Amino acid sequence: MSLDKDTVARIARLARLKVPEEELVPLAGELSGILAWIEQLNEVDTANVEPLASVSDVTLPMREDKVTDGGVAEKVLANAPGGAVYIDPTDRNAGGFFTVPKVVE
Amino acid sequence: MAALTDLTLAELVQALAKKEASAVEVADAHLRKLDEHRALNAFITETPDKARDMAAASDTRRATGEAGLLEGVPLAIKDLFCTEGVQTTAASNILKGFVPQYESTVTTNLWKAGAVMVGKTNLDEFAMGSSNMTSHFGGVENPWKRRGDNRKLVPGGSSGGSAAAVAAFMVPGSTGTDTGGSIRQPAAFCGIVGLKPTYGRCSRWGVVAFSSSLDQPGPFARTVEDSAILLQAMSGHDPKDSTSAPLPVPDFAAAARNPDIRDLRVGIPKEYRVDGTSPEIVALWEQGIEMLKAAGAATVEVSLPHTKYALPAYYIVAPAECSSNLARYDGVRYGLRVPGKDLTEMYENTRAAGFGKEVRRRVMIGTYVLSAGYYDAYYKKAQQIRALIARDFRQAFEKCDVLLTPTAPTAAFAAGEKMDDPVTMYLNDMFTIPASMAGLPGISVPAGLDKDGLPLGLQLIGRAFDEETMLKAAAALEKAAAFAGRAAGY
Repeated sequence: MSLDKDTVARIARLARLKVPEEELVPLAGELSGILAWIEQLNEVDTANVEPLASVSDVTLPMREDKVTDGGVAEKVLANAPGGAVYIDPTDRNAGGFFTVPKVVE
Repeated sequence: MAALTDLTLAELVQALAKKEASAVEVADAHLRKLDEHRALNAFITETPDKARDMAAASDTRRATGEAGLLEGVPLAIKDLFCTEGVQTTAASNILKGFVPQYESTVTTNLWKAGAVMVGKTNLDEFAMGSSNMTSHFGGVENPWKRRGDNRKLVPGGSSGGSAAAVAAFMVPGSTGTDTGGSIRQPAAFCGIVGLKPTYGRCSRWGVVAFSSSLDQPGPFARTVEDSAILLQAMSGHDPKDSTSAPLPVPDFAAAARNPDIRDLRVGIPKEYRVDGTSPEIVALWEQGIEMLKAAGAATVEVSLPHTKYALPAYYIVAPAECSSNLARYDGVRYGLRVPGKDLTEMYENTRAAGFGKEVRRRVMIGTYVLSAGYYDAYYKKAQQIRALIARDFRQAFEKCDVLLTPTAPTAAFAAGEKMDDPVTMYLNDMFTIPASMAGLPGISVPAGLDKDGLPLGLQLIGRAFDEETMLKAAAALEKAAAFAGRAAGY
């Protein structure tokens, strides 16, 4: 499948990647090259083949529904880009707010 | 006694146990090597203070009679493992300056065993690459050079810094991660041992995710035994990773110390004889077959008919999973943020500035193959091919116990070569990706030098969760090949 410029712009938008106008055409060529190489998979008859989602055939384990972690609010908030806001500044692990720059418009 | 930095990991453990050197002395000797070879750019972050503190704590433990499996052993950690209080970048601009508040399970296991961290190693950005050239922090130089040619060579990738650090004797061992060959291929390029365990053997918790159904941590070392010791310390069930296998950890080191392969059946997959492989590598593979035969193993030709489709199928599965995993880097909660006129433009600007070219390319491919209307044609098709690849291996393992193949189609190449076309670069992983797609363990063992004096590796692939048989065969191959090569000047 060969991708055109508009398709590349659409994928870039879906992927939330800014691609400058002048890069769309070269990128379309590159991605088309990769996809053309991938097309060889069509040689393989996969009718009635169950897709393999995971190589580990174990079923996801269950555990007892109990608290196993916590009380580390200071660590949780340490990387907050807007800084940490603590409910009780004298007890930082009592909880607080992870603040980020405004994302609602 | 030989210089502390020349000892193998097993020898170093012995020297420390006999108190021939303290952990602090061992750490200092290796830190001097980091200073000496900084030009290789193997490390993104060096942690000398942390190393000395950890070494001093190790000496204290030993004085009180407590000694773990890796007590006092200095290690380098791929900068994809989260390390508490130490910057973790995944070699990406988008995570520059990110300091995790928690420690990955694999590194926690290593520190519990007494190991000492000297630093975080360079890699391809988000582990996407086969040359280490996609790192935001610059490429890594392979300690090896072609004879009579001063051009810098790549160490392979993505775990290029971890491989170069071991090959340059800066550390006796290091950690890597392998999604499609990112441990085995750099091990081959740098003349050392690299082991990708069975998917599920080592916990992925705290490892920056690239392709979650394929990613698997594993060790680099200079001997098979050393890689087995490291694997033993890294492995184990982890309730925090739902794909971590609830299995006991075998005595891997014991398997590596017992290279008796007289009852072993070694499979030679005929589909690995492909065009584009260097004739010297084909010849080395033949020698490897003869070596294992001479050690008493039986060899049998096997067929893995879907081998050629593993690579294109991988380039659907891995980008698809990467585009999902990397969606979290949005400029809001951590890492880089580039302003825009509205929220969407902020996301787009941040991700365009934060991700390098190869990562953007893979995110785009992944987004495309998962986009509405294309799922069945690409992702589902790739997963069906994956099922066929896994079935090929299952059938082959009815006739043999382990497979022997080359690790990579060529020796290390120069920085800048193979860069013009992404598919050319992808072909580097043609021999390592099939086992990744099936979740099987693989190990690259240095087995010889090419005409230019560069190391070449052979790969052994084992059954799922049978690293022990693979290690025995690897030890036998190592013994027979007697690779004693060392990069000049290191």
